Amino acid sequence: MSPIHDQSYRRYGGHRASLGRSWTVIAKAGVLNMMRKRAFIGLMLFAWLPFVVRAVQIYVASNYPETATFLAPDAKMFRSFLEQQEFFVFVMTIYVGAGLIANDRRANALQIYLSKPLLRSEYIAGKAAVLFTFLMLVTWLPAILLLFLQVMFKGSFEFMRANLFLFPAITVAALLQALLATFTMLALSSLSKSSRYVGILYAGIIFFTAAIYGAMLAITGSTSLSWLSVGSNLTQVVDVIFRQAPRYATPWPVSLIVVLGLIAVSISVLERRVRGVEIVT
Amino acid sequence: MAETPAGPAPAQTDPVVHLDGVTVKYGANRALKGVSARFARGAVGLLGPNGAGKSTLLKALLGFVKPLEGRMTVLGLDVARSPLDIRARIGYMPESDSHIPGMNAVSFVGYCGQLAGLPSVDAMQRAHEVLYYVGLGEARYRNIETYSTGMKQRIKLAQALVHDPDLLFLDEPTNGMDPKGRDEMLELIHDLGHNKNVNLILSSHLLPDVEFTCDHVIVMDKGQVVAQGPIEELKGPAGRVFELRIKGNLPVFIDLLRASGMECHSTDQDVMRVFVPAGRDHREIFVLAAEQQAQIRHLRPSVPTLEDVFAKAVGDE
Repeated sequence: MSPIHDQSYRRYGGHRASLGRSWTVIAKAGVLNMMRKRAFIGLMLFAWLPFVVRAVQIYVASNYPETATFLAPDAKMFRSFLEQQEFFVFVMTIYVGAGLIANDRRANALQIYLSKPLLRSEYIAGKAAVLFTFLMLVTWLPAILLLFLQVMFKGSFEFMRANLFLFPAITVAALLQALLATFTMLALSSLSKSSRYVGILYAGIIFFTAAIYGAMLAITGSTSLSWLSVGSNLTQVVDVIFRQAPRYATPWPVSLIVVLGLIAVSISVLERRVRGVEIVT
Repeated sequence: MAETPAGPAPAQTDPVVHLDGVTVKYGANRALKGVSARFARGAVGLLGPNGAGKSTLLKALLGFVKPLEGRMTVLGLDVARSPLDIRARIGYMPESDSHIPGMNAVSFVGYCGQLAGLPSVDAMQRAHEVLYYVGLGEARYRNIETYSTGMKQRIKLAQALVHDPDLLFLDEPTNGMDPKGRDEMLELIHDLGHNKNVNLILSSHLLPDVEFTCDHVIVMDKGQVVAQGPIEELKGPAGRVFELRIKGNLPVFIDLLRASGMECHSTDQDVMRVFVPAGRDHREIFVLAAEQQAQIRHLRPSVPTLEDVFAKAVGDE
């Protein structure tokens, strides 16, 4: 190691950013850190494969009228596309989100972050932005691009005019999907120092709630208990957003309340867990 | 880009930190009990045994824990009202190992600079500079997770310095360091406090660390401030402390000394240190020994040290 006084310490006289922007630094660093991982790039490319398939479908339906009867895009196709992407949302949430806070807790980084001029909410916003960005990149962005491809390939706005609700529907559905996954995962990530454990816990919650609902469905023969499953609640609400018939007997406002409740509980957990000092009483 | 408001410019005589009746509770445990203290400009040692409340005090000043009662100001700003403005002007070196996972040293320090509000280019430039300053210049592209304990201490100091704080909080900065690394770290802290005009608060239970690097000291014990002031002033005039060794009933003799108004405490060896109050003659020790039929085997004037200040304030426990 070199002698300790190789270079001396200088005072800094340059500019300092105004307060309240640190979350963008956290978000940018998190996004760039992920983009450097080959496995993540592979996952992202894989997540865009359904987009390619749907784009080909739209191209064929637009250019070969004889196929239009069974390939022509409609609101159901966009709903179905977002449903397909749920698998990638699940995988990406675990891959990207599990370590977002857990790794910081393992390395005692929270006290470093919170000794800088940023609020706890800014820290959470920065971390949430990382996962939220990637989830929107595999849901909202490809769905919107498909909408534009439809216009491009068809050469008219006829479909858009007939389905004006699609743009807001895609946006709201993708937002709800991304927000639920982001906050649930961040809350779980704040509970542990092991990202592996967090990933298992998240998968466990998704599968366990689905299994409970499945068992109740088998016993009662009714879908009125679909609110027990996290995934079913989201499906129910998104169906309504896309003006489709809800597939479960649970009233959609109940499903929406469960989804919003989960987000609220997650925020409450984050508020309690993200602190500069862990107080054990 | 807008600049962070610098806050009021305190006069040179104003304390950098002022606490007034601060109480902090962790559940039922009162970690700080009505602490009132003034941290002067320059290098101030926060001294006390483990569990005295030093780290809690620093965490309260950072806003990590909210006091039950009392008021705190840092650099003239109220901690309760302007925590972010304060944190923009201070650097904190935590006691425990802390880093941001998956980063090399220069990325980590640059990132901390950006979090503190520096533009990315300036933050990166400062990161290189402070890493050289703390002696990690050659290792700055290594992942922090591969660093030794000593290197991790240095990187914590680097991240606390990168944004050029007006005040540094150093929590046990020499923990786990080998003797050479410890000396280098202390030299560095001394340089910051005395040549670079950085105000610093050094929290430590190691008396030599505080004595070497600081001009002022605040001694804490059981959540309270038990002594504070310039170290030289607290040590008192030279020659009023004596090293003493006797043959006889030691506990009874100590009680006798204390009853006569002379503080004394034992050291690691069988030698006691006796404080003879101003105006008293040290020959009284011989009179007391004769009364007790104890033999004085060794009596030598000594130089007061911070250890004496600490022992007086905290006691021998």
